[in-house]
Order: sequence, then structure tokens, then C-alpha cells
Amino acid sequence: MDCAHDPLMIMALVDGELDAIHAAQTEAQIAACPSCAAEQARLLAQRNALRGDGVRAVAPSRLHARLAASLAEAAAQPPRVQPQPVAAIRRSRPWAWMGGGAGLAFAASAALFFAVGQVGQSRALTNELVASHVRSLQVAHLTDVATSDQHVVKPWFDGKLDFAPPVIELKPQGFPLVGGRMDYLGGRTVAAIVYQRGRHTINLFVWPDGRDDEGGRTRQDQGYGLRHWRAGGMTYWAVSDVNPADLALFEADLKARTGG
Amino acid sequence: MGGTQRPDASQVRRFEALALPHADAAYNLALRLTRQAEAAEDVVHDAFLNALTGLDEFRGGDARAWLLRIVRNRAYDWLRERKRKATTALALVTPDDPDQDLEFEFHDPDQESPEDALVRKGEAASLWAMIDTLPPRLREVLVLREMEEMSYREIADVTDAPIGSVMSRLARARDQLGEAMRRLRDQREGRA
Repeated sequence: MDCAHDPLMIMALVDGELDAIHAAQTEAQIAACPSCAAEQARLLAQRNALRGDGVRAVAPSRLHARLAASLAEAAAQPPRVQPQPVAAIRRSRPWAWMGGGAGLAFAASAALFFAVGQVGQSRALTNELVASHVRSLQVAHLTDVATSDQHVVKPWFDGKLDFAPPVIELKPQGFPLVGGRMDYLGGRTVAAIVYQRGRHTINLFVWPDGRDDEGGRTRQDQGYGLRHWRAGGMTYWAVSDVNPADLALFEADLKARTGG
Repeated sequence: MGGTQRPDASQVRRFEALALPHADAAYNLALRLTRQAEAAEDVVHDAFLNALTGLDEFRGGDARAWLLRIVRNRAYDWLRERKRKATTALALVTPDDPDQDLEFEFHDPDQESPEDALVRKGEAASLWAMIDTLPPRLREVLVLREMEEMSYREIADVTDAPIGSVMSRLARARDQLGEAMRRLRDQREGRA
């Protein structure tokens, strides 16, 4: 610049860093001085170039997947505050000096405490399920094996899990199979089988828990629907933002095809 | 002992909501500082896990600035480490100030010239190549100002520098980039 003006003022104007008075002064300078105007034009042209398409890099899906996996692993650590086990309360026997009635009442409240503990645990699980569902919807982390062919998804799981999740195509029923992936929930590796309902995604999380069959129940968490049932020694959680009736239908269709 | 404990699930969820929307900003800064895609991924990954561990230190406010500061520090660790290895390999004396010679870059034979990048990939890649010829301290202010649209104050926070330094670096970065763009334009016209 061959004028006496401070180029930093022009830069600060272009960057929106001047107060009203200095901005007006600098604009007046630019209007009066061709070389100041050229400096401003140069800065704006450079800005246009740097804000053009594709100049700001986008995190690759591989990085998203890696972050999701590491964070899921971190989330699988036990919580800081563990509920005190009922057994510990029992051992201290604070009611031993009381009559039988009081002891019974305390036993009942201990049972209640236990039940509340269970609810808290399952609440933590539903939170994890929803978080995993949401993570899966991020770029390219939905499936590790993307195919609508159940005969591809099933063997893919076989090599990676110590159990065999049922992989069933439900396209005729309106739930096309999209693929599968490994996930980490409640401290163990689980199968996530991915279906679609219209434009919605359903994540079906499956792992063995060896407990008795149990009919499906729907609950809501953070705006997502979760449907849980047990069949054939496996526990199932379907998570999606489809309407709850669709999740019940999904369970019924799946059971009809697995004979569960 | 709060800081040394592992985060619990609810903290991880809070962190995900806070941090994952800024993954692109983090990657873009890391990529321009390391200039290698794989290193940038490592830097962002490690920085995010560091940030998760230090979640207690985040007292609200601008999560992006907080994260980018950690990403930036991690990227400089990587640059210093690479420099240290190269210096050791060349049996040169390690400078007293490890930051000092970050301003001077080794010529990287794998790095394309802006002209080659332009021919190969188009406008964005040639801009990357031109930005990447600047020293890291100039690159980062350019990225934060023009791509993240941060104020001088925010850039000063992220880069741990006074606002005056931010301004003078930004001016130098723009001059050098402008010069590179002018050279490229001349070259294009010469070819045409």
C-alpha cells in the first residue's frame, strides 16, 4: 500500500472487529483511497476463496466410527456412585433389637430399595440404548456390514460373536433389513441388526441372557421408542423413532419368522 | 480424586452432545496443522478422549473453542514429536525452545506443489496446498478466522496468544497466502 493508512484497520473492518466510530472512519478512508479499496477487495476475495465449497475439511466417516467406538467403550465403565447392595444393609442388621414387625417393615423397604435399584439400572441401559441408536445414525456408522441379504449378515456375526443372533429379512412385512454391526452395551458386546421402516431406522440390539421368555413392552426415552422382549434365551431391544405401534408390529413379525 | 476417575455413562453422553457437533471443525484444524489425514484423525481422536477426561474443567461457554484448544495442543505435540524424530535422525542440536523452529518447515517431498494439486483435484485442494506452505502459527489463525469465523478474542483463547499477536499473524498469513495465490494465477495465465 502506498498510502499512509494502517492496513490493520482495514483488516479489522473486514473482520467485523471495529466499533461503529472506527468502522465509519475506516470506510471513509477506503472510499477516498484507491489503494485502501484494493486492500479491502483483496481480503474479501481471499475470504470468498477460503469459504468456497470443500475447502473446510469434513471429518471422515472412519474418524466418526472411531470416536463412537472409543466413547461407547468409555461409557460402558461402571458409574461412579454404585447403589449400596442390599446384602450390605442386611449384614449390619440395624433392626435386630426390634420386634419382628419392625424387622419385617425394614425387610419390605429393603425390597423396595432393591426394586428401585433395578429400575435405575434399566434406566441406565435404556439411556445407553438410545445413545447407541443416535450414534449409529451418524455418518456411516449405521452398519459394519451393509447388505439386505440375511445370508451375508448372519455369517458375518458368526465370526465375531460368541452367540448367534437371529438375522431375519422382514422386507415383505415392510421392515427391510439394512445390515448389522457390533456394538458395546452394558459392558458386553452385542449384535445390532439394522432395519428400516419407511425413512426411519430401527436398531435391534440382541444378546443372550438365558432368562425366561417375556412379552414385549414399549417405553419412551428422550423421544425414542424402545421395545423390549425376551425369547429363546436372548434379550431383544428395538430402538427407533417410528411410532410405538410399528415397534410392536416389528416384534410380532420377527417372532412369527423365528417361531419365537 | 475426581479428575483421575473414569467418566461414567451420563458424562460420556453429555460429552457426546457437546463435542460431536464440532468434529468437522476439529478435523479441519488438525488436518491443516498436521497436513496428513491419518495424523489429523489420530490428533482429533486423542484430543477428544483427553477432553472427555477433562470434562470437569469445562465450565460452560463455548464448547468449540474449548475443544479446538485441546485439538490444537495435541496437533503441536504431534508436530514437535515429528520434529524431534527428524532432528534426532539428522543428529542436529535440539533448540532450547521447542516451539521456536516450528516456524520453519522441513521441505516435505511428498507434499504436492499447489500447481500439481490444482491440476489433480481442483480449487479446494490447491487452496489447501497453498495454505500448507505457511508456518503452522499462520495457518491456524487463517483457519480459525476464515473457516470457523471466530473473533480475534476467540482465536486468542484457542491459540493462547495475545490479541495483538493474533492480528499480526493474521495479517502475515493473508499476505503470504495472497502472494501464493498471485503466483498461481500468473502461472495459470502463463500456461494458458
